[in-house]
Amino acid sequence: MAAIEMSHIDKRYDDGFHAVKDVNIDVQDGEFMILVGPSGCGKSTLLRMIVGLEDITSGDMVIGGKRVNDLAPRDRNLSMVFQNYALYPHMTVYENIAFPLRLQKMDNAQVDQKVRDAADLLELNEHLERRPANLSGGQRQRVAMGRAIVRDADAFLFDEPLSNLDAKLRGQMRTEISRLQKRLGITTVYVTHDQTEAMTLGDRVAVLKRGVLQQLASPRELYENPGNLFVAGFIGSPPMNFMPATLKGDQVELPFGSVSLPSHMRDMLKGRDGDLLIAGVRPEHFEDASLVDGGADDGATFSTKVDVVEWLGNETYAYIPFEAPPEVQSQLEQLEKDLDGESMRTQLVIALDGASGIKEGDEARIHMDVSKMHLFDPATGQNLTVDVEHAGTIPGLEVSTASA
Amino acid sequence: MTTDAVSDDTAAHADPPPKAHRSDRAMAENRLGMKLVAPAVVLMLLVTAWPMLQALYLSLFRYRLTAPDEKTMVGLDNYVTVLSDSLFWRDLWNTVLIMVITVAVELVIGFVFAMVMHRIVFGRGAMRTSILIPYGIITVVSAFAWQFAFSLNNGFVNAWFSWLPWINEDTNWFGDHWHSMFAIMASEIWKTTPFMSLLLLAGLAQVSEDMLEAAKVDGATWWQRLTKVILPNMRSAIMVAVLFRALDAFRIFDNIFVMTRGAQDTESLSFLTYRQVIEQFQLGLGSALSVLLFLMVLLLAMLIVKLFRVNLAQARGEG
Amino acid sequence: MKKGTGLQYWIGFALILVWCLLPVVWIISLSFKSEAETTTGSPQFLPKEATLDNYRAILKDSDFTHALLNSFGISLIATFLSVVLATLAAYAIARLEFRGKKLVLSLALAIAMFPVVSLVGPLFDMWRTIHLFNTWPGLIIPYMSFTLPLAIWTLAAFFREIPWEMEQAAQVDGATSWQAFRQVIVPLAAPGVFTAAILTFFFAWNEFVLAISLTSTPLARTVPAQMSFFVGPDPFNPPYAQLATASVIVTIPVIIIVLLFQRRIVAGLTSGAVKG
Repeated sequence: MAAIEMSHIDKRYDDGFHAVKDVNIDVQDGEFMILVGPSGCGKSTLLRMIVGLEDITSGDMVIGGKRVNDLAPRDRNLSMVFQNYALYPHMTVYENIAFPLRLQKMDNAQVDQKVRDAADLLELNEHLERRPANLSGGQRQRVAMGRAIVRDADAFLFDEPLSNLDAKLRGQMRTEISRLQKRLGITTVYVTHDQTEAMTLGDRVAVLKRGVLQQLASPRELYENPGNLFVAGFIGSPPMNFMPATLKGDQVELPFGSVSLPSHMRDMLKGRDGDLLIAGVRPEHFEDASLVDGGADDGATFSTKVDVVEWLGNETYAYIPFEAPPEVQSQLEQLEKDLDGESMRTQLVIALDGASGIKEGDEARIHMDVSKMHLFDPATGQNLTVDVEHAGTIPGLEVSTASA
Repeated sequence: MTTDAVSDDTAAHADPPPKAHRSDRAMAENRLGMKLVAPAVVLMLLVTAWPMLQALYLSLFRYRLTAPDEKTMVGLDNYVTVLSDSLFWRDLWNTVLIMVITVAVELVIGFVFAMVMHRIVFGRGAMRTSILIPYGIITVVSAFAWQFAFSLNNGFVNAWFSWLPWINEDTNWFGDHWHSMFAIMASEIWKTTPFMSLLLLAGLAQVSEDMLEAAKVDGATWWQRLTKVILPNMRSAIMVAVLFRALDAFRIFDNIFVMTRGAQDTESLSFLTYRQVIEQFQLGLGSALSVLLFLMVLLLAMLIVKLFRVNLAQARGEG
Repeated sequence: MKKGTGLQYWIGFALILVWCLLPVVWIISLSFKSEAETTTGSPQFLPKEATLDNYRAILKDSDFTHALLNSFGISLIATFLSVVLATLAAYAIARLEFRGKKLVLSLALAIAMFPVVSLVGPLFDMWRTIHLFNTWPGLIIPYMSFTLPLAIWTLAAFFREIPWEMEQAAQVDGATSWQAFRQVIVPLAAPGVFTAAILTFFFAWNEFVLAISLTSTPLARTVPAQMSFFVGPDPFNPPYAQLATASVIVTIPVIIIVLLFQRRIVAGLTSGAVKG
């Protein structure tokens, strides 16, 4: 087992494409680290650089205290689960799992012992003599994991291991992987584009966009204190709502009315008076006003027309369209593009309690928890109201706080 | 002498251009790659590039194997001799004629075959087997089979097809130029149509059924679907098939050797070259022919590739 | 469009069968005609009286049996060696980054288009100098180099279809490049290698130009060459039945291979072509 330190890692392909830009991530011994981001963000490239399938253009990759930049994959003692599992179709499940041990020229008794142990752990005992082609998706996935754990590797690497499974199985395997990692306590780096996997599995999560590390923090920190628009939009489902916000003294003007700025944000927004900003509020921080008791909190209440309602039983999603000025509109379109989405009309998605009686076309009274609101700079995307203490590492911000 | 050429070549390969930092893995990969291709490359160069250079060299000499002492440097004389000989032009004409007609006929028949094979449900295995037999059969055997079929005394063609106005029981298929050419082309077409149809079938399989159904819904007739949807989408398969077959047909030799031995003016360029070298021991003249033949094949390949590129670009412009 | 079971497809099916098999049936039928029958002229399709005399005669003809042996020996050895070299080269081309890769591919392409006759003169000259004329190696070497492009293409296409990850997984599991190739790629590529071998064998079995140019006696002459010299003094009145019999015998291996491996052959023939 070992820690993995990446410092100033850069990857430039021969055709000039700059896939990974100056990334610094330290994975501690035994930690479960997630690399997450939309396609093309460099997360898989980074993983492949750790394992040695991709050359590192510059920077240092240190595993267990040893610089491994120039080592071949087999000399790094890491094990990896591939997206398509990469099981060897001409070998039985047993031989697939035993393959790394055979390459080490381990004696048969020992191989058998280790393969059986791994099979026990993964409940593959009945399938050892079958071939990969005859297994279900989940079983293949487990064989791939068996091949990874059978060897005493320094770390596990996972490259989108669940993306080929259907939704239900994906949930089960997610739990399985989590349990296994906790039990073995082995350093793990896991690549995914799925924010749910990132949130549920990781001790810490590194969010990447176009080769640049955006934020490195625990799931809770990411959710509550996103460093910028991108992270805010990427983490959470349904995603955070963004709307234009104009600062007027202690008041913030939103499309649905004016709310008063919570006291803790006033210092952070000094000198921004009169600026057009982007406000971000998560869907669950809205509620049907009739279901909120009292009015003594930080909340604000406004009334608006509800366009579409989706009732899901335990909760209800309501959609409320609004108009955005062009500066904000273009920033939001860019954000959608970065998130692999398509820009749609600007609308709020709010999550109401399932008990809410709001119907389509109603003029509804909606309550909003203003204290959970974030305000972003539309030009840089930076979160102006971030709680630096509880936001992990935000590469750009470190510099600015250090200089201030 | 041959080893010199080889070591020169590997030396050129091994000479590394200075490059930026490469990891162990990349360097090991590079080394392994070169090691793995080296034997094949050396062998291919040894048997083609080297003799071809030899041919280029010999073509500058008057050189008969029967009189090796009279080997004299004559510059481009051999080329002048070849290019001013009507025999060369007649054989070139024959070769081109055979190539154009056989490839055109094979393309049409091959496409029909491919359509049938693509659509048929039962008997696919039987059909695949039977279509591979002409492909696998020796050209010489095909030539004999057709020579005998067309034979005056022992062939069934005259008997079976005497109802056609220009065929009767005494038609001598090897008695004049056009009849002989017909027989040669028949054997060539029979043997190579399967290959063509398999390549076209592979292309046909690339045309999606959804697209055809969409065209049907859009109101395209059978003919419109063929010309506006199927054929444009098969262009690359057709190009590959034509390229392979045209170059192959241009080198035609076996059938002619077996069926007519070049009689009735049915000689091809390959046959002429063979005759100069092996039968008349004219190595100088034969080498000049070899070089010319090689250049023509090269030209032909470039021409076909170019022709289809233009069409491909046009097709893209339309779409 | 639905898959057709209509009348036109059955007619098409029948026509294809007739087209492909008629000349084969014809040559088989001819091989059962007696020599007397063909000498007097026998234009009907089937023999008047079927006889096995031709087969008995030809199997006693030592020139023919020797040619058959030469054909088998030369074709099999050339196939084996060519496929081994092609496997190595195709793996490198499909999988590894190395300098000169494009060069190798263009070379293979150029050789696939090469007019074999162009080489007859210089090879004739060279082989006589280094005593390869009229020997097995004298044919095996050029057969190998002319089948290499086809074999490399076919195999490279097969190799490309093996998922990249498979081999990377092996490397991560601790295999060297060579071990990854030996233990993972080779077993997976076996069907492709086999297909390439069949196509290579067909080429060598069929080759004629070099076979008649680089041999002079039954010592190394293959069946196609031997058959063309069978014809006798009068090319317009050849020994029909004898030649037909030889044709049938030399076609038997082809038919067996086709029957057993038709699916693979089709896959091999079209694998490189579709992707262009």
